[in-house]
Amino acid sequence: MIPEIGHFALILAFCLSIILATVPAWGAWRGNSVAMALAPSLSVGILVFVTISFGCLATAFLQDDFSVALVASHSNTLLPAIYKFSAVWGNHEGSLVLWALILAMWTAAVALFSPQLPLLVLSRVLSVMGVIAVGFLSFSLITSNPFARLLPGAPADGNDLNPLLQDPGLIIHPPLLYMGYVGFSVAFAFAIAALLGGRLDASWARWSRPWTNIAWAFLTLGIMLGSWWAYYELGWGGWWFWDPVENASFMPWLAGTALIHSLAATEKRGLFKSWTVLLAIFAFSLSLLGTFLVRSGVLTSVHAFATDPDRGLFILVFLGLVVGGSLTLYAVRAPAVSSRVSFAWVSRESLLLFNNVVFLVATLTVLFGTLFPLIVDALGMGKVSVGPPYFNAVFVPLMALLVPGMVLGPVSRWKRDNAARWRGELLIPTAVAVLCGITFPLVHAPYNVWVALAVLLSSWLLVGLAKDFWGRLRSGSNTAAGLRRLTPGYCGMVIAHLGFAACVIGVVATSQYSIEHDLKMEPGDSRELAGYTFRFLDVGQVRGPNFIADEARFEVMQNGVQVALLNPQKRRYLASGSVMTEAAIDDGMFRDLFVAMGEPVGDNGAWAIRLHYKPMVRWMWLGAIMMAVGAFTATLDKRYRRERQTADERIGAAAHGV
Amino acid sequence: MTLLRTLLLSALMLGASHAVALIETYDFSNPELEARYQYLSDELRCPKCQNQNIADSNAPIAQDLRRLLHQQLESGASDDEVLEYMVDRYGEFVRYRPAFSGTAVLLWLAPILLLFGAVGVLIATLRSRPKNVSEGTALTAEDNARLQKLLNTTERDS
Amino acid sequence: MSASGLQHMGSRLKLFLPLFLFVVLATILFRGLSLDPSEMPSALIDRPLPQFSLPALGADRMLSSEDVSGEVALLNVWATWCISCRVEHPYLRQLADAGVPIFGLNYKDSDAAALRWLEELGNPYRLNIADREGTLGVDLGVYGAPETYLLDADGVVRYRHVGVVDENVWRTVLEPLYIELTRAENTP
Repeated sequence: MIPEIGHFALILAFCLSIILATVPAWGAWRGNSVAMALAPSLSVGILVFVTISFGCLATAFLQDDFSVALVASHSNTLLPAIYKFSAVWGNHEGSLVLWALILAMWTAAVALFSPQLPLLVLSRVLSVMGVIAVGFLSFSLITSNPFARLLPGAPADGNDLNPLLQDPGLIIHPPLLYMGYVGFSVAFAFAIAALLGGRLDASWARWSRPWTNIAWAFLTLGIMLGSWWAYYELGWGGWWFWDPVENASFMPWLAGTALIHSLAATEKRGLFKSWTVLLAIFAFSLSLLGTFLVRSGVLTSVHAFATDPDRGLFILVFLGLVVGGSLTLYAVRAPAVSSRVSFAWVSRESLLLFNNVVFLVATLTVLFGTLFPLIVDALGMGKVSVGPPYFNAVFVPLMALLVPGMVLGPVSRWKRDNAARWRGELLIPTAVAVLCGITFPLVHAPYNVWVALAVLLSSWLLVGLAKDFWGRLRSGSNTAAGLRRLTPGYCGMVIAHLGFAACVIGVVATSQYSIEHDLKMEPGDSRELAGYTFRFLDVGQVRGPNFIADEARFEVMQNGVQVALLNPQKRRYLASGSVMTEAAIDDGMFRDLFVAMGEPVGDNGAWAIRLHYKPMVRWMWLGAIMMAVGAFTATLDKRYRRERQTADERIGAAAHGV
Repeated sequence: MTLLRTLLLSALMLGASHAVALIETYDFSNPELEARYQYLSDELRCPKCQNQNIADSNAPIAQDLRRLLHQQLESGASDDEVLEYMVDRYGEFVRYRPAFSGTAVLLWLAPILLLFGAVGVLIATLRSRPKNVSEGTALTAEDNARLQKLLNTTERDS
Repeated sequence: MSASGLQHMGSRLKLFLPLFLFVVLATILFRGLSLDPSEMPSALIDRPLPQFSLPALGADRMLSSEDVSGEVALLNVWATWCISCRVEHPYLRQLADAGVPIFGLNYKDSDAAALRWLEELGNPYRLNIADREGTLGVDLGVYGAPETYLLDADGVVRYRHVGVVDENVWRTVLEPLYIELTRAENTP
């Protein structure tokens, strides 16, 4: 019964989303304020029904209702309850329901937390989000019904959730990622609403900016968690594989990064309006493209869902309608003449444009590289692979280009600055950075030119930000006054940029200084690695809730002192029989020590063991968290709320004026 | 039938066997060979797997290729010789770093072309923007005169 | 039309560029839906079978590439540990009965097990190459059994099919090529 209620609720949500997609939009067109006023309640209604549907699906999983095909193939009675719950989105059909739920949440949030928006704009925005909801709900209902039954003949027990997904990181990674993907639909909806209304102005940028920041922050966290999960769960010690599915999440992130910078210029200076609108369309289109790539099977990926060309065709048609439609609207409605506001070559505007150029090129490069095998194949020119060696070779230099702009950006002025002042501002940071760049890799021998460069760029950024921060603190009558004058927007920028610096250091240090050895070790053996002694103590059997495992015990010593006890496992899951490597990691600010078990070798109790020394790998994820925190901080800015007073007047004006 | 198909397809999701790091313990005659082994096993794509290099895959073919790689390195083959050997048998597909030839030239040049193109468009757009920086930081009469002169020359040039 | 009007039209056209690029992208993606990214043509297409010298399965003699050339034939890579091979085996016997020459490459297998298999399930093969170490497999670019190579009369590889050969694969893929090659051979 419960699955049928869920199915029915999903159908109801679909019906409501059709109304939301049409009626308020019609109201906005004809100036019918009754039709427009329906939008917020419809949005909340969709949220209610999708939540019921999601709840029913989760209940089916938690109650082991194996008559539901999805539960039978992705769950098992032995599975711990928390993983039964996360199994809901550990598959194609269920993850679509999660996607729909998050979309409904964003839509309802826009409906509820936008009292400053004129009704006209709000109804258009919500209608656009309604169109997206129609697409995804029909996708779910028509091609991927999550509630399909296996009747008669429900199995006594389920197939189990893929052990790879039985992990805390994977409980929250997909929801965070979807929060980001779907969150860009808000910026997209605002952009489309602005194009429809024909008014691209600073208030549009101000409204969409906090939403964009939040979506971007979630996407950042989602990607970070994915990378972290790959690092400790896949057992290889890698953290980014440039797999098509990873790229699918990374491209919207890159476009989104360009968008949040471009929005800054649009909000503050009314500049680059058409460009910002295009970026908003671009960021969400890439989210949709990611969905297509993950679920259609056009590219081979380690992470792809069960793929099906029918589903691929459905998303492609939807993609064509949404993206094609919005780009056509853009071509017809975007202001063709560049804005009358002007700025000089030497100005913050130019630097932001440069940032946009770099991020755009990076996005297109990743897109081209990801699709290249498909393009070559489509042209009948054979099969090629484009993998990490290519992406690393082209992507790293592009990111390095960003740093000079990031050092200058915060200290530069809008409209017009002068080169002499820039030189003055840069002098100290540059000197310090060069000094750090030369000396640091000497301290951490052997000298490595890439690490030197990374340290140089990061310290340049750090010192530049610190100097600017200090200067602003001093600009008040006293430090406290200076501190009060720092806006959340500024603080957010500083935190996020410092996060980027940390990321650069982490990425480069890990890839240059990591040491990896695959060894045959018997209990009692010891090995040296980067100054640490790994001693293999013994192997025992342990039992988990739904697996049994061989567990090795390792003692790690440094200078005669015990640093860590590590217990890597080799698990056999009872339901599926699949074997999994659980690496053991001793994490630290400056290095991770990583032990993974392979197979037993020979008859003396020896095992194949992988030992890793990974310096500063945490900095990468720490940096990503800082970027997200920075983006959240920036949304706390008072001006996003101060708008509220003037908004009431606008609603009045809109009600009369249309 | 559709249900069964869905079930089968779903069971295949995330290619269930990828989690096992297959760890082999080859002996290398010197550390330089081990480094090259690690480098090359990251560069070569496992032909049968979803999207994995031969270092990370535990498919039988990846094991075979690792053994071959080890043999060839120990018998003194250069990196290029190893890559050529693999490409001869398994096609261009096994190289994760496409060779700079044929269509892949476009792939390698794409980032540079895109960057130059984008910077070009950027500069062109900036040149065509309104030049009088009027509001805010006021320009001196001297600045204005110099700007005007600059503008005239660029307009004549173009 | 005035000059500024023309200029205006030019900038308007520029705004259609993203749409145009998207249409190109969508076309490629649509094409991609009907392609199979995991289908892999052999690197040996139109190249002669690699040189080898391997024992014959169940016979005390060495085989080389001359032994499998001379007429258009299939070279089937199989092993007793390969489950799909058991699936395609009956159809291979049908093909052999219909007169299609099939050579076997017994891939990374034990001779005893392979001979027992042939005794139990019947033998569609003209002869079998015993590639115990998989060396010829590597030279052929085999990445998993079963694989079936179509060789022309000169022993040149013309096609490779990865996976089970069944009625459908034979009728739609292999047979047309087989007929074409046979005809080419008969009308020199």
